[in-house]
Amino acid sequence: MRGFAFALLRRLLIVIPVLWAVVTLVFLLIHIVPGDPARQLVGENATEEQVQTARVELGLDKPLGSQYVDYWRGLVRGDWGINPVTRQPVLKRIVSRYPSTIELAVAAMFIATLISIPLGVTAATHRGSFVDSLSTLVALLGISLPSFALGPLLVLIFSVNLGVTPVSGIGGIDNLILPAFTLAAAMSAFLTRIVRSSVLEELNEDYVRTARAKGLPERTVIYKHVLKNGLIPVVTVLGLQFGVLLAGAIITERVFSWPGVGSLLVDSISERDYKLTQGCILVIAATYVLVNTATDIVYRFLDPRIKVE
Amino acid sequence: MSTIAKSGFVVAALLVLMAALSPLLASWERVQSQDLVSRLDAPDRSHPMGRDQLGRDELARIIYGARVSMLVGLSVVTISSIVGVLIGSFSGYAGGWVDRIVSGFLFNVFLSFPGILLAIAMVAFLGPSLRNLVVALSVIGWVGYARLMRAQVLKVREYDFVTAARALGANNVRILLKHILPNSIQPLIVQASLGMAGAILAEAGMSFLGLGVPEPIPSWGKMIDDSREFWFTAPHLFIFPGVMIALAVLAFNFIGDGLREKLDPRQQPR
Repeated sequence: MRGFAFALLRRLLIVIPVLWAVVTLVFLLIHIVPGDPARQLVGENATEEQVQTARVELGLDKPLGSQYVDYWRGLVRGDWGINPVTRQPVLKRIVSRYPSTIELAVAAMFIATLISIPLGVTAATHRGSFVDSLSTLVALLGISLPSFALGPLLVLIFSVNLGVTPVSGIGGIDNLILPAFTLAAAMSAFLTRIVRSSVLEELNEDYVRTARAKGLPERTVIYKHVLKNGLIPVVTVLGLQFGVLLAGAIITERVFSWPGVGSLLVDSISERDYKLTQGCILVIAATYVLVNTATDIVYRFLDPRIKVE
Repeated sequence: MSTIAKSGFVVAALLVLMAALSPLLASWERVQSQDLVSRLDAPDRSHPMGRDQLGRDELARIIYGARVSMLVGLSVVTISSIVGVLIGSFSGYAGGWVDRIVSGFLFNVFLSFPGILLAIAMVAFLGPSLRNLVVALSVIGWVGYARLMRAQVLKVREYDFVTAARALGANNVRILLKHILPNSIQPLIVQASLGMAGAILAEAGMSFLGLGVPEPIPSWGKMIDDSREFWFTAPHLFIFPGVMIALAVLAFNFIGDGLREKLDPRQQPR
């Protein structure tokens, strides 16, 4: 048990350098802007005075080292900068959008699990059958159809033609289902393949032969024995994919005008609100890192075979 | 080779041809000329894919869109594979603390960041252009090749023929170029075709977000974004570019999967 606690602590400690690298990369972004970011922000026709004010606001008037210290200080204190025109604080805007993104990603994950586990298991247990071919088809379509084509297609079919879901908007299951399904498509494809191959692998194990030999019905063999082991790798993939969903949500949110961090990020880019862009990227990346770490820890709990390194 | 991989090759070859020969297939004028009276027209005989929100010929724009898609895809695969192979083989060959920093830290930092987010971040601050798009997608692409190459180096350098070459006085560069690289070329090709599919999808996604090539060059992802107000009145404006993106991504994924199955004896039917 002590070894386990040690492994856990070690895993948590790895997060620190990764988060540090993420923050540093995000901090450096403003310095890759070609030319003068302050001038870019206020526009070509601004006076020298306005440019100088913008420069001070972006913190670019100080040497790089103290800018970096200030950046960290601001992050910790919750002062992530303000919009130069509307005077809105960055952190406040991100916090107000964050729940929508998480809602979308969680719903997508739920849908992807609901599709891929039954489909993957059936494909594996009925290898070569119709369902197996169907799972291959779903997997291929899911990875190759871009969400910004799938999304409009779903809206066209279900909202415009069939009238079963609203075209856009937020609040309630009705509005959530199409964006969540769009976001879930690529993940379902990937996950179905993982579930299928993982279950196929387990079916070759000795314990399956033993269970069958002692006369257990096939259902019991599959659901009580194979799934328990076969789904362990799936949990890891689920966690890793949650991060991919967060990134994918940037595009899905734009398709459906979903008011999450992703659409805020896209808006901030076109408005050249650098501080807001940095904040959005930081929040998405940090969520990704933390979810991955949590998954890794859960994985260790689920599978005691994973030894302490 | 499987039928799937073959069909992938055929479609990919057609797309590359379409990109290379697009000036012969449609005039640039047709791409550009607007006709607001007949905007959003559905497909008909003279405009087989209809007209867009500015009355431009959708088919000509689709044909020229293949140029951006293929050009970005090929450039990204070329740059990221070269950089990845160099860093990966250096790390694997050097071993020790160099390897620990490169594979233990550098790889992890890049892998702990969702790729597309990093690309968005870079282009958002560098400004959208063809060059910046290729740079951003290469920055997120090289890690895959580097990991692969490092693993190959660690594996192949233990083989007897490498020891023999070393005993005969071959230096590290020669061993790498003449012995390790030729033995790693097959998995690299698989990685490259899957990488091509990924780069095409990423280019389309970035263009959809307004972070791709600027006007007036048509790009499939951007065509979908530009027509967003008319998706449901003129669905051909998102369906045709969407089908093209899906076809291109599928074709290169088919090639990659097909080659991998061929190279991996564990996946061969017994």
